[in-house]
Amino acid sequence: MSPLERAPRLMPAVGQSVKRKDGIGKATGGTRYADDLVFPGMLHGRTVRSTVPCGRVRAIRLDFDTAGFTIVDYRDIPGRNVVALIEDDQPCLVESEVRHVAEPILLLAHEDRESLLAARVEVEYETATPVFDPLCSPKALKRLLIEKGSLDAGFAEADVVVEGTYRTGHQEHVYIETNGVVAVPEDDGRTITVYGSIQCPFYVDRALQGVVGDRARVRVVQTETGGGFGGKEEYPSILAAHASLLALKSGRPVKIVYDRAEDMLATTKRHPSVIRHRTGVKRDGTLTAMDVEVVIDGGAYVTLSPVVLSRGGIHAAGPYRCPNTRIDGRAMFTNTPPNGAFRGFGAPQTQFAVEVHMERVAEALAMDPVKLRERNALRPGDTTATGQLLKEDTSALQVLREAVKRSGYRRKRARYAGTNRGIGLALFYHGSGFTGSGELKLASRATLELTERGGVRILVSSTEIGQGTRTMHAQIVADALGIPYEDVEVPYPDTAVVPDSGPTVASRTCMIVGRILQRCAEEMRARLGDLSPAEYVARRGPLAVTKQYEAPPWIQWDETHYRGDAYATYAWACDVAEVELDPDTYEVRPLKITAVQEFGRAIHPALARGQIEGGTAQGLGFALIEQVVMRDGAMVNAQLTNYTIPTTLDTPAMDLAVLENHYADGPYGAKGLGELPIDGPAPAVANAIRSLGIDVREVPATPETVMLAALGRRADAARHAHALAYSGAPIPRGGMDGAAAVEEGNETLGRDDDAIAARMGAGG
Amino acid sequence: MRFTLNGRVVDVEAHPMRRLLDVLREECALTGTKEGCGEGECGACTVLIGGEPVCACLVPFAQVDGADVLTIEGLGAGHPLQHAFMDEVGAQCGICTPGMILTALSLGPNPSLEKIRTGLAGNLCRCTGYEAIYRAVQKAALGARRSAPARREPSAESREPL
Amino acid sequence: MLGTVSHLELLRPRTVPEALRMLRDEGPLVPLAGATDLYVLLNAGTLPGQRFLDLAPLAPLRRIAVGDGGRVVVVGALATYTQIIRSRHVRARLPTLVEAARQIGGAQIQNRGTIGGNIANGSPAGDTLPVLAVAEAVVVLRSHAGERRVPFGEFYTGYRASVRRPDELIVAVELPPLEGAQWFRKVGTRAAQAISKIVMAAVRSPGRPRIALGSVAATVVRLPRTEDALAAGASLDDAARVLGEEIRPIDDVRSTAEYRRRVSANLLRRFWAETAPARPAR
Repeated sequence: MSPLERAPRLMPAVGQSVKRKDGIGKATGGTRYADDLVFPGMLHGRTVRSTVPCGRVRAIRLDFDTAGFTIVDYRDIPGRNVVALIEDDQPCLVESEVRHVAEPILLLAHEDRESLLAARVEVEYETATPVFDPLCSPKALKRLLIEKGSLDAGFAEADVVVEGTYRTGHQEHVYIETNGVVAVPEDDGRTITVYGSIQCPFYVDRALQGVVGDRARVRVVQTETGGGFGGKEEYPSILAAHASLLALKSGRPVKIVYDRAEDMLATTKRHPSVIRHRTGVKRDGTLTAMDVEVVIDGGAYVTLSPVVLSRGGIHAAGPYRCPNTRIDGRAMFTNTPPNGAFRGFGAPQTQFAVEVHMERVAEALAMDPVKLRERNALRPGDTTATGQLLKEDTSALQVLREAVKRSGYRRKRARYAGTNRGIGLALFYHGSGFTGSGELKLASRATLELTERGGVRILVSSTEIGQGTRTMHAQIVADALGIPYEDVEVPYPDTAVVPDSGPTVASRTCMIVGRILQRCAEEMRARLGDLSPAEYVARRGPLAVTKQYEAPPWIQWDETHYRGDAYATYAWACDVAEVELDPDTYEVRPLKITAVQEFGRAIHPALARGQIEGGTAQGLGFALIEQVVMRDGAMVNAQLTNYTIPTTLDTPAMDLAVLENHYADGPYGAKGLGELPIDGPAPAVANAIRSLGIDVREVPATPETVMLAALGRRADAARHAHALAYSGAPIPRGGMDGAAAVEEGNETLGRDDDAIAARMGAGG
Repeated sequence: MRFTLNGRVVDVEAHPMRRLLDVLREECALTGTKEGCGEGECGACTVLIGGEPVCACLVPFAQVDGADVLTIEGLGAGHPLQHAFMDEVGAQCGICTPGMILTALSLGPNPSLEKIRTGLAGNLCRCTGYEAIYRAVQKAALGARRSAPARREPSAESREPL
Repeated sequence: MLGTVSHLELLRPRTVPEALRMLRDEGPLVPLAGATDLYVLLNAGTLPGQRFLDLAPLAPLRRIAVGDGGRVVVVGALATYTQIIRSRHVRARLPTLVEAARQIGGAQIQNRGTIGGNIANGSPAGDTLPVLAVAEAVVVLRSHAGERRVPFGEFYTGYRASVRRPDELIVAVELPPLEGAQWFRKVGTRAAQAISKIVMAAVRSPGRPRIALGSVAATVVRLPRTEDALAAGASLDDAARVLGEEIRPIDDVRSTAEYRRRVSANLLRRFWAETAPARPAR
């Protein structure tokens, strides 16, 4: 009899909200985050940053007694003065050229924090003229073109053409734990270990190794991380390098933890976007042509802009079928702190634009917004903008219908008409895992090994950042191996110990890494044969299984032309937002969100629910109250007092429904979930505001923006949004390249006239 | 200063203008109280003084002279709120959790949903969207109602002479 | 945290007379109550001084009581917003002050912030200040030499500047009897725990309304011309126009001048509509 038959029947862990692997430490204060770590002889570190957006450093003066200080500049870098990421264009420390405010120039360390803070450093600059507005920038960091069919043919077929420009601003992550690391030179004299609040230990490991060169071996250990949301994907490489340089020079552990203002000012944010749509549609609502132009502001260095542009571009035509599509994207250089990864990664921006645009298309056709979406929603057998043939794991229609039904959308729309309440919806989707051949390139690996106690240990570099990685991976392994969930161990990711499973981003931790672990467990099960793990260890000794990512055999992707299977699968969702407008103050209060989400299946229902509720709240902040105000290339509201995220009283009741549609190559049918929920709230809210008769095409839809829109001043609303994101620079007259006038510059145009061209009886 | 910390009278030396948050984390080596913003906006540094939540990042050390201070460590590991937060996923990344639990504790034994929402308005969470936090507080209240004796509500006029 | 503290000094009087003596003899000293601004200013590099006087232990300054034969509600300067919210005297006399205290921040701020601090700071966005302005409250100042009472409308002289002398403490604010429906509205950047973009308090007093606005000028302001217009029977449109001329809102990181102007006018209309006397039943 096999051990599976002998053992009492185990409850499957997958699909249950099992007790989490995190223990009780988060609720007792026992769990240690980066700033809680103390090492003997530890120094505190501080970063001296540029105060000009563009120019050169002419001189640096140290106006303090340097005794007891460790001081590091670019000359102390043993390896390369580069923060390795996609392109090697970003220096770890300024050599002489400054490209943005808050660019790191000098590092200081001292035992005493007060002395450290009191040290005065004067930097003299030669300034040059900065570029702040991406629409006026001379330099593209990345371009993208996705084409399908023929736009000319498509517009020729159209009965109505609708145009519009949409804007999204920066968004700041506001993880409640700021960025922080401690770099510790080890006793062996050769290794430097960085402990830190990190999503991607191997990103840091690689970047850091480049900076320290031959001087040291690098080891990165993730500490319990108080929120990431992408803000700790690539940025920690810089911080780790800084702390390590100070540690190498002083020979002592160095802790650098940013305070909130520095974190907001200096670290990455969501890429702002300006997105223009021109859409051809038949009278019956069938889309015939979608012409989309996407401009995102990358900031001063490339960082992850190419991939943000990529994901944003691929999602830019929305979850709709259209035979003729063109998506022209570019990430532009500006003299602002580089923007980077933030949950959604381009998709919240482009799906805001397309979903608000679709609502305007429905208006132009005098058509029910649900019917318009039903007509065009992607179905199994349809192809996406990149020509990907969708399969049965496509649920656009199901989530749409369920959300409409569940929320009482039609009934409420009728009831709210003429009142100060509005209801709006957004249909959206999110590709799971890295785009295109990204997963192949990552070549992620996972290891399972038997423990002496007869359990099993997971070794992956996937990090727990609150989303439930530890628990979810353990559930998958437990069930695939047929052992109790309690017998699965998940220690902290330590690059000296775990294989590189790729970064904890892109909604891949369950679907991609979980799947590799599932395959490890299946092989281990086969090799254990009739023996239990304890029996095997006793009789045969240690056993470890390592497996690498294998792409599903059917995936075809053309990187050069951006054609084919962009993602292995997509998760689908529809949000319905109900809002109430205060007619005196133009404040929009969300009353209720109905979120219907399909992500394969939920491995841990309560953790999955947490992702949906948390992502939805973050999306609501993006929609209504989170505004980064930039002046002269720097964030001027870099305090939580002035950059406001939702409190309990800003977050409405949420009605969630989870639909299942298994993805065959995901662990137990699971797809990715982490980012999907944040793509929907902003367009749903904007469409709810639209149902009140107010034409909002920017987020955040602050009361100031809503006021201008309510007064019919579209151009002022656009100008206001643009000015806040780009430092008061006026919006260019004329279009996105300074060419033909597309910008809603004509202030006298009413809402209905605005850029809606009707070509009746179009023939060709 | 001499004050009561987690039920014990202690004498701690530190500059009178040092933030209570820093004194707790460093001089007292109690790192359960977290710094999220240093401006009194996020509530991650919430401790209870005289049973009422305050932001430790805003309190000068001198002002706890003779006071009764409770940090998350003072709850040990067995309080129903602590278990409810983990079980109901009221804690995801956990950094806001100590402050959140202490403020919830101050809400009394059976707070209504309205009272929970208003009472926690000064504690920011970026992970959960708050729904699971309400579930956790309500679940803990349910458990506590079944066992503990009722707690007296603070008197509104206790400081006012007639 | 950015600011260093080791150079800061804190004097700790045990009684109010001792505090006043220190202010006179050992100044300059910045009085410190709930300290909700202290470290924020320290980090911003805008502390008003380096030597502080700790008022926290001075229990007599925390009392909320009725004085002058029941006529006046005396709110001690160190009364916290939480105390104000719970006080049946304040709830009865000036419910809009309770409303303002409830919206000033989360529970943590309410438990520490004091009304004396809100008055002393003199921020143009201070939430209690418009309420005190229309209540025609009286600020009680005390020094070692004695006590004086300053009508609230005469207290501020400019941006964060008042008639308080360096050797004086605000010890209380007195709330006289008030007739007429009271109204309060704060517009913040979000639903809870927000700095005001506009904050308005008003009273539909018999004969002449009282209206005050915060965040639209360098100090909290009464709107005498708007009040005159309404008292004289002007239309709301006219009164709103006068209001627009009376205030000087600006663009800042939280809002715009135009928004403040328009919304103030809207709030004026709302106040007027919501406090209109009810028609007597037939």
